[in-house]
Amino acid sequence: MKSFKLDWLVLPLIGVAAVLVLWQISCASWAKDLPTPEKTWQVSKPYIVEPFAKRGEMDQGILRFTWYSLILVAKGYALALIIGTPIGFFLGLSKTFTKIFDPLIQVLRPVSPLAWLPLGLVLFTSAGKNASELGALFTIAICSMWPTVMNTAVGVRAIPQDYLNVAKVLKLSRTKTLFKVLIPATLPYMFTGFRLSLGIAWLVIVAAEMLTGQPGVGGFLWQEYNSLIYEHIILCIVTIGVVGFILDRLMSVVEKKFKTA
Amino acid sequence: MSYLELNDVSKDFGAASVLKDINLSVEKGEFVAIVGFSGAGKTTLISLIAGLLKPSGGTMKLNDLEITAPGPDRGIVFQNYSLLPWLSVFENILLAVDSVNPNWSADKKKAHVEKYIAMVNLTPARDKKPGELSGGMRQRVSVARALAMDPQILLLDEPLSALDALTRATLQDEISRIWSEDKKTVVLITNDPDEGIYLADRIIPLTAGPGATLGPSFKVEIPRPRDRKSINHDPHFKQLRREIVEFMLNSKQDRHTAITRKLILPDIEPEDLNIPRSMTGWRKTPIRKSELKEESVEVKP
Ligand SMILES: Nc1ncnc2c1ncn2[C@@H]1O[C@H](COP(=O)(O)OP(=O)(O)OP(=O)(O)O)[C@@H](O)[C@H]1O
Ligand SMILES: [Mg+2]
Repeated sequence: MKSFKLDWLVLPLIGVAAVLVLWQISCASWAKDLPTPEKTWQVSKPYIVEPFAKRGEMDQGILRFTWYSLILVAKGYALALIIGTPIGFFLGLSKTFTKIFDPLIQVLRPVSPLAWLPLGLVLFTSAGKNASELGALFTIAICSMWPTVMNTAVGVRAIPQDYLNVAKVLKLSRTKTLFKVLIPATLPYMFTGFRLSLGIAWLVIVAAEMLTGQPGVGGFLWQEYNSLIYEHIILCIVTIGVVGFILDRLMSVVEKKFKTA
Repeated sequence: MSYLELNDVSKDFGAASVLKDINLSVEKGEFVAIVGFSGAGKTTLISLIAGLLKPSGGTMKLNDLEITAPGPDRGIVFQNYSLLPWLSVFENILLAVDSVNPNWSADKKKAHVEKYIAMVNLTPARDKKPGELSGGMRQRVSVARALAMDPQILLLDEPLSALDALTRATLQDEISRIWSEDKKTVVLITNDPDEGIYLADRIIPLTAGPGATLGPSFKVEIPRPRDRKSINHDPHFKQLRREIVEFMLNSKQDRHTAITRKLILPDIEPEDLNIPRSMTGWRKTPIRKSELKEESVEVKP
């Protein structure tokens, strides 16, 4: 297909339109409980036009919920980076460390957030009221740190010998070598890991909120499912998708900056 | 006792012998050039002296001390510049100055770095990153970094081979000037005999690898300062160049390696057309045993 003016806008709109049509047809034919696009819009409207309204604990504007979710993600994600980056460095620098922990990491990596969450809740039962938040943080951190760990380790291993030789010839101290050579040389890899980690953290938040009933997009979604307000499920899905997309874009802008540097 | 002494040094990477029987002694203040073919092991030799590689055999002494690790007494200009791309010209050099003289005041360090940036005429590029510099400029930063450490011996690994002829000539003069001012000991690696003769007191060819070794020394008896234009007509220069090039070419011809390879020769019998051909239309394995032949070929590297 030939490209034309505004094709970047028109073509994606065609895709959206196609999905809407398919959605409408589904409502009319086999998915009788699925709300139609129009009904979804009407029921969701108050949550979108007043995105920061607070009418009750579980009845708030969609951006307010998103904000809660983002804060929780930010905490868990920060935890993942703070723990994951040093582990990645150790894996990249030490063969012994790799031999000891790599099998463990490979086994823990594919475990689903749904499996970690109950363990998180058990770990923090003594925290009482905060147990569900801490459990959610634990789950986000442990699920989202693996890309950071793996990419940092690969980045450290990929540091050109030339740079290490420079460090040796200049007799740089350990801290200088770390901050002037190792970290700058690994940064592009680290940021790829950070971006992937953020994607996973955002995936996990929804599951964590659903299971713990925390206020947020995921918690809202689950509550509305139980209250049979299916329109809001769709609203939440779209919100989660859009926010995830925006986060990924933002991170890739940062990542690019470090790639070219 | 010479300043730098290598005795029977050898270096293998696994089963491959790169250098063997290396004997070299360099006096203090001497400018020695080592000329060799590409891939002969010149960088390996300089890395050994730098202490970045461990020899497989033999002893290396600098100032009567065994060489075991890199040290600030040896300034190195790497073949590929090896500047840190995330630091500016100033910061790259400062990093070196800082680690050699940690006790200097910040102002003194700054002034020192700036002096060496000026020495290689890079003051306008002071705050640029290596990625924004041309190859020749990067090479000059690399030279400035090595000099700023004020080492006792400078190891230069083909510092000019990536440059165009004009820049090359300018930098040759600059190296010559720096050497005559500071009287540092210099080991220059080069693939250009002319460059070696123009700059050095002594030229030592490295024979072609594998298992390269140093040939006899050729003393350059051309008085300094040497003049680039007239040196080309100097009979001593011409003769030196002829001898060095001849020695190096001979060292190459000495080694004949035989390679045995499998050949698939077409059989004289016509092929049976009833046998279907393979789908790809090209067969790697012969149909008949008699097509297999082995051939031994002499290869001159
Ligand atoms: N780390 C290494 N492991 C295995 N082989 C190596 C290693 N470093 C160098 N070699 C081999 O040693 C030989 C000499 O390499 P070296 O880099 O010293 O050559 P050179 O004379 O500096 O070449 P050039 O003029 O191209 O820079 C080459 O055949 C190379 O493949
Ligand atoms: Mg080399």
